[in-house]
Amino acid sequence: MDGTFQDAATGEQKIRNFNINFGPQHPAAHGVLRLVLELDGEIVERADPHVGLLHRGTEKLMESRTYLQNLPYLDRLDYVAPMNQEHAWCLAIERLTGTQVPRRASLIRVLFSEIGRILNHLMNVTTGAMDVGALTPPLWGFTAREELMVFYERASGARLHAAYFRPGGVHQDLTADLIDDIEAWAERFPKLLDDIDGLLTENRIFKQRTVDIAVISPQDALDWGFSGVMVRGSGMAWDLRRAQPYECYNEFDFQIPVGKNGDCFDRYLLRMQEMRESTRIIQQCLAKLRVEQGDVLARGKLTPPKRAEMKRSMEALIHHFKLYTEGFHVPAGEVYAAVEAPKGEFGVYLVADGTNKPWRAKLRAPGYAHLQAMDFMARGHQLADVAAIIATMDIVFGEIDR
Amino acid sequence: MSEALRELGALIELKRADDVTGWSVTHGELTVEVVPQRLVPFMEFLAADQNCLFSVLIDITAVDWPDRVRRFDMVWHLLSMQRNQRIRVKAAIEEDQMVPSVVTVWPAANWYEREVFDMFGILFSGHPDLRRLLTDYGFRGHPLRKDFPTTGYTEVRYDEAQKRVVYEPVSLTQEYRQFDFLSPWEGAQYILPGDEKGAK
Repeated sequence: MDGTFQDAATGEQKIRNFNINFGPQHPAAHGVLRLVLELDGEIVERADPHVGLLHRGTEKLMESRTYLQNLPYLDRLDYVAPMNQEHAWCLAIERLTGTQVPRRASLIRVLFSEIGRILNHLMNVTTGAMDVGALTPPLWGFTAREELMVFYERASGARLHAAYFRPGGVHQDLTADLIDDIEAWAERFPKLLDDIDGLLTENRIFKQRTVDIAVISPQDALDWGFSGVMVRGSGMAWDLRRAQPYECYNEFDFQIPVGKNGDCFDRYLLRMQEMRESTRIIQQCLAKLRVEQGDVLARGKLTPPKRAEMKRSMEALIHHFKLYTEGFHVPAGEVYAAVEAPKGEFGVYLVADGTNKPWRAKLRAPGYAHLQAMDFMARGHQLADVAAIIATMDIVFGEIDR
Repeated sequence: MSEALRELGALIELKRADDVTGWSVTHGELTVEVVPQRLVPFMEFLAADQNCLFSVLIDITAVDWPDRVRRFDMVWHLLSMQRNQRIRVKAAIEEDQMVPSVVTVWPAANWYEREVFDMFGILFSGHPDLRRLLTDYGFRGHPLRKDFPTTGYTEVRYDEAQKRVVYEPVSLTQEYRQFDFLSPWEGAQYILPGDEKGAK
């Protein structure tokens, strides 16, 4: 079917390019990506990602809900590391209302942001390895993720959609047991990283599939609006935690790993190293949390009163009722708050009109910018490399389709 | 930080006096308002000028203000990794006005502009491939406009008899409920049930 038999003398056939649909139900598409690939033999000539199969209209829905009701929507964007998204939303509201977060809450936020980063990188590195043929890493990685999600659950009550970071702090304080358990986990986690390292880093097959695949020059990374590991892999030391510090990241001691070649293998190495750095931040954070006691919410209009207070004070009871029905008002204005989410720069552009609902909330997902460079990155690579490229871009459709 | 942004804002206004209609620094962020007609040279200036070097396009979006004559605000967010600065460029446009595409300046603008077209129906002149992006194939309307209902107009279900997915006008067993808890003392516009009798 590939062409009509044209010349009987030479026996040559006219070969035309072949179009295939990669996904939407393909295990290496990391969700619901429909990728229309034009192939010349095994070589990708053109890649046209069709996204939006998971479009839920989050931004539209957010316009008709109060600021607090909108918070759980942020969990559902990048559902691999939910709390990092909540963080950007809280930062945007706090910046507009001028709220100061208590120090203990700030430390807890850093702690869970880093847990989120490890959750994400574990998922990405191990399933990325699965995309190129390794089966053991995901089994190990998901076991470790399970432990981390138990920490999520013990802090917030939910394994995934935590709704734990709230404007003005975090929902509830951590127990001393939980801090001990996270510390014990942080002790033994590097061992798992060493094991995964031993499986993958010098693995011949893994290297053949990732080295020199999807090389991105620094200029390309800038042009395509990349962020996170995708720019650091190309040798640019750009990390919002360091460059534009938010929360209390500037008091932590951590390194920002930078790649040299800008290929899939470098980005894999970076993610492994970032997990080690995150573990270090977690350890520092836990040490600080043991010393730093106090409230975890900036008590005021944005946050509920304490339970005990509500039993005695009429005003506190009214405040609680009004907060969870009407919600709080955010002064009119616009703000862009960005965090270094595990996948890159996650930003919230919030336009407030002074009422209890946002007038417009735009969610800037890092994966969106990465995926649109799919055509640029996959062109000239083999079909089998497409899976490796999707894995290295760290695609999650919750945040791309919104 | 704000001081440096103020200097930058003044500098941009000085160098591109024809394009810039105003600038401000609020919440530690620089916002520059421009006229949309000469957008591309202005953006090229922002990307290349030694004091700006806004080489990364972070985001393009729009905001709908249905009561205004110039209904939409186009918003571009730029980042300079070299100078560690951010800028927001805004332009107010009318409903049927075309906006110059900045794909030539940053290839990353491609999908952002497609999304704005999809969601708001704003057209970009010079865009290479202005198709819908996030909504369904064959979708009609622009969902993020304020006059588009949250429930949409069509719903989809699998028809057992026809053995395929069918599109139907949306039918709700119950009216879409929009709870508005704004305090009647602070700006709520609606009349509470029963109160309409009091006005007579």
